[in-house]
Amino acid sequence: MDGLYYSESHEYVKVEGNLGFIGITDYAQQQLGNVVYVDMPEVDDEVTAGEEFGAVESVKAASDLISPVSGTVVEGNEALEDEPGLVNKDAFANWIIKVEMSNTDELANLMDAAAYKAMIGE
Amino acid sequence: MTEEIKKTCLHDRHVALGALMSPFAGYDMPIQYTDIVAEHNAVRREVGIFDVSHMGEVEVKGKEAAAFVNHIFTNDIRDIEDGQILYGMMLYPDGGTVDDLLVYRVATDCYLLVINAANIEKDVAWIRQHAAKFDVTIDHQSERYGQIAIQGPKAEKTMNEVLGIETKGMTFYTFREMDLAGETIIVSRTGYTGEDGFEVYASPVLTCRMWDKCIEAGIQPCGLGCRDTLRFEAGLPLYGDELTAEISPIAATLGMFVKLDKEDFIGKEACARQKAEGTPQKLVGLELQDRAIPRHGYEVLDGEKVVGHVTTGYHSITLDRSIAFAMVDREVAALGTKLSVRIRKKVFPATVVKKRFYTPNYKKN
Repeated sequence: MDGLYYSESHEYVKVEGNLGFIGITDYAQQQLGNVVYVDMPEVDDEVTAGEEFGAVESVKAASDLISPVSGTVVEGNEALEDEPGLVNKDAFANWIIKVEMSNTDELANLMDAAAYKAMIGE
Repeated sequence: MTEEIKKTCLHDRHVALGALMSPFAGYDMPIQYTDIVAEHNAVRREVGIFDVSHMGEVEVKGKEAAAFVNHIFTNDIRDIEDGQILYGMMLYPDGGTVDDLLVYRVATDCYLLVINAANIEKDVAWIRQHAAKFDVTIDHQSERYGQIAIQGPKAEKTMNEVLGIETKGMTFYTFREMDLAGETIIVSRTGYTGEDGFEVYASPVLTCRMWDKCIEAGIQPCGLGCRDTLRFEAGLPLYGDELTAEISPIAATLGMFVKLDKEDFIGKEACARQKAEGTPQKLVGLELQDRAIPRHGYEVLDGEKVVGHVTTGYHSITLDRSIAFAMVDREVAALGTKLSVRIRKKVFPATVVKKRFYTPNYKKN
């Protein structure tokens, strides 16, 4: 999806000012299959670019979520607590955490949509 | 060491169906075709077909076949007649498990042992080693058989109407040798899903033909992914998780398959002692209140203290709850005990519950 930033570990960031909405890509949800649990940090937790902040779990396996940017969690997507499968329905609409970014320069280390598409071979 | 990965006779079909393939027990096996949840539910509600050709088969034949099988097997084959099947284990002298297996009584002097794919080499060596003292011949037949499992409430209908195999009068844990398409096949009313079902042993060629008929009839192909979620819900152990060289059937609370009242068998003394004294750890069921998923290897805690590990865990597809098998210290193994499971950085409350999470629907009579 254009306008988003992408990591090699298949997370995206949608940027609105200083806020980053972090989720997993549509490609990632397809690879995972049915998401049955999303493990997310608490509000006010710090996340660091390149480090694990939670996990998305399918029936068979848990996949770590790696934060594409650093910052402070301002909100977790509570809808995913009751209905984790929303990630499969629309991965881009159903972000996982909203982060107040501490260093927007980090976005420069991420891919744009065209580069991400090339990476996954689409 | 790199070993070439093996393929079952149905491998091409799995690939053509677009299955997600993954190595399991030395074979390149289908984990899922499209959706593990749909495959799981097909077996619980309707019917599904599995490729289980990777399982191993060993025939034990001869004058002392009964005595020999009873010497290496925990259950008592004197309790069954021709055409019946028993589940049990082969044990090391210390009670640790070599493998869990099915024994088919073909005749008084002929038994078919069905063993786990991952253990074939080890088991065959073990069986041959101990057979030396008995008047028996050991015939390793794994390469000769393909095997499919038809599982679910509509399994019998599928056997009759799609495969043309008559199953009238067969109850759970019985089998028949039958003629089909010019060869003798083995049809057994067994499975690993907690549902009624059949397993059919036939030549690779005929196995492929039966598979094709089922797929053409719209039967859901099912991968090893849901095989594991199904057996787990039904409280059935998997070798490598709930039974290992370190875990005896007594610790795994499968003592009902260990017949301590029969004459000597390998591991009997150790099991008798464990039964009398209790094992330091035993297998329990755990249920979490949260959706978080306790997986193999995760720590089980009593307060701050590690008291065991998860052996298998899922967010149950049938029950929509997060549940697990865990090996825990016997002091905390009583039903209702409040424990917790460490899942990544967090700790989630868990309660000890019965291991049979789902009540199987077997054809008893």
